[in-house]
Amino acid sequence: MTIAGRKKRSSKLPVLLVAPALVLLALFTFAPAGYAVYLSLMKLHITGGLLGTSSTQVFAGLGNYTDTFKDPEFWHSLGRMLLIAVIGVPATVILATLFALCLDANAARLTTVTRLAIFLPYAVPGVIASILWGFLYLPATSPIGGSVINYFGNRLIFFTVANVAVWGVVGFNTVVLYTALRALPRDVRQAAEIDGASELQIALHVKLPQIAPAIAMIALFSVIGALQLFNEPTALKPLTNAITSTWVPLMRVYSDAFVNNNIYGGAASAFTLLVMTVALTVGGGAVVTRLLGRQGK
Amino acid sequence: MTIAATDKRQPRAVTGGPRPRSRRRRRTNLTATVILIIGGLYCVLPALWILVAATKSNATLFSTAPYAPSLPGAFFSNMSGILTYNHGIFLRWWLNSIIYAVGGGVLSTAIAGAAGYALAKYTFTGSRVAFRIIVAAVLLPQILLAVPQYLLLAKFGLTNSYESVLLPQLVSPFAIYLCKIYAEAAVPDELMEAVRMDGGSEFRIFWSVGTRLMLPVLVTVLLLQFIAIWNNFLLPFVMLNNTNLDPLTLGLYGMLMPTGGQPNQYSLVIGGVFLTIVPLAILFLSLQRFWRIDLISGGVKG
Repeated sequence: MTIAGRKKRSSKLPVLLVAPALVLLALFTFAPAGYAVYLSLMKLHITGGLLGTSSTQVFAGLGNYTDTFKDPEFWHSLGRMLLIAVIGVPATVILATLFALCLDANAARLTTVTRLAIFLPYAVPGVIASILWGFLYLPATSPIGGSVINYFGNRLIFFTVANVAVWGVVGFNTVVLYTALRALPRDVRQAAEIDGASELQIALHVKLPQIAPAIAMIALFSVIGALQLFNEPTALKPLTNAITSTWVPLMRVYSDAFVNNNIYGGAASAFTLLVMTVALTVGGGAVVTRLLGRQGK
Repeated sequence: MTIAATDKRQPRAVTGGPRPRSRRRRRTNLTATVILIIGGLYCVLPALWILVAATKSNATLFSTAPYAPSLPGAFFSNMSGILTYNHGIFLRWWLNSIIYAVGGGVLSTAIAGAAGYALAKYTFTGSRVAFRIIVAAVLLPQILLAVPQYLLLAKFGLTNSYESVLLPQLVSPFAIYLCKIYAEAAVPDELMEAVRMDGGSEFRIFWSVGTRLMLPVLVTVLLLQFIAIWNNFLLPFVMLNNTNLDPLTLGLYGMLMPTGGQPNQYSLVIGGVFLTIVPLAILFLSLQRFWRIDLISGGVKG
């Protein structure tokens, strides 16, 4: 009671400490999101004739959204992004889980060196990683058979882009799962060892269920990351014609706003993407929580 | 495979006393080790290949075996090539990346630490609403907001400047959330009360108790923010229109774009990639032990 009373009497300090964060959030997160909604409901009305044209911004209703949804390229870009997610997300989750379990296994060797090696790509910015892999794929410079295999081919391109993304994030996710494994109580594991369970059995039946929440979390984060795919295809684009300027949704937002000078359409697709991400985060989070809750019982 | 072998020898270990046991300890889990070596090679070899490629001139890059270095090769001429390219702009990009990542990292950590501490340790008018707003903001990915941020800043003529890249990255709702969760557990009310009894001001409590106890989460947030800003591409890509302000990511990307009839500058770009990856890899691997990555999963669970 007294503590709560004191808190209420206390100085203005807490307000001052929170204020910068709230002001910056208002200015650089909520205001741009609101402005995007506003712009997405507008369009340019061009008037005039012989004496030159002038344009004014007028209300467009949901016109920009219906234009976006009617555009087949919007759905194609969404489809390409989903295809890369379908390849990249399971690959990231499975590899990170496998590496983390191996790092945590009894009598595994070279764990320090390999852990650092697996973490290394995290120090490489996505764009730099894409340029690097671009040269590994490019027929003229490829040490991995780019002159024989067309890594930028119609189908392979999705694996190509997904691979660059997986390479960049698998190390960080491995370390997240590995720290989760290290934090587990040792008693169940030791009991299983005494009962004669093999290393593999312990990994699959003891450790894996225990880190299921962490695995679910990295899976959800990877899916959300896929919605924001931009750096990898953009940086590979100068090296191949297979990637168009609207290849994934966020590239479309960019080219609408900057190449086609259609900020209204760009705002509409940006906001659509934002809504989809929020829905996925909230929905995915709820599903994960429910699954884990059921499993906990 | 080795796992099965371990099982079979188990009884012998029991009958044979301590010696086979110590042998068992020395035995390597081959499957796990091989998987780790393959994983490590997958992650390291592309970065090592850039070292090979950096020894080649633009001509030999396309004519020699891609996986073999050219020795003595063009390594030093490539390095001086990228360092003197366009009047040494590569070093300018390096400096810009440091300004963005260190400046933005330090400021955003201070802002997140302060807000997280206040939300964890005080109840004040609007503190609940403030926390709800921050949780809601976690859901809005900054990357998707880059183009709207540009459109808004352009209205006020604030684009194409250092501030236009720094300001939108100063607040990370997730960092605030991590700091709040950590402060709740790490800063005891009793200790704050004790300082109060001694006549310490609220600010003194924050400065000498709060920030010290929160140091592990502050270091983690600083590193996470540093990397997030260092790796950011889309925000500078939309905001900047002056290559003198570019960070490394944007600068090297710009060099990759074919410019009116000029031959591709691939060997220079490769040299630049090399000079971007190596210093940062060394820095990260040496700082690795200060990371508390467990705080991330803990924060999400809490």
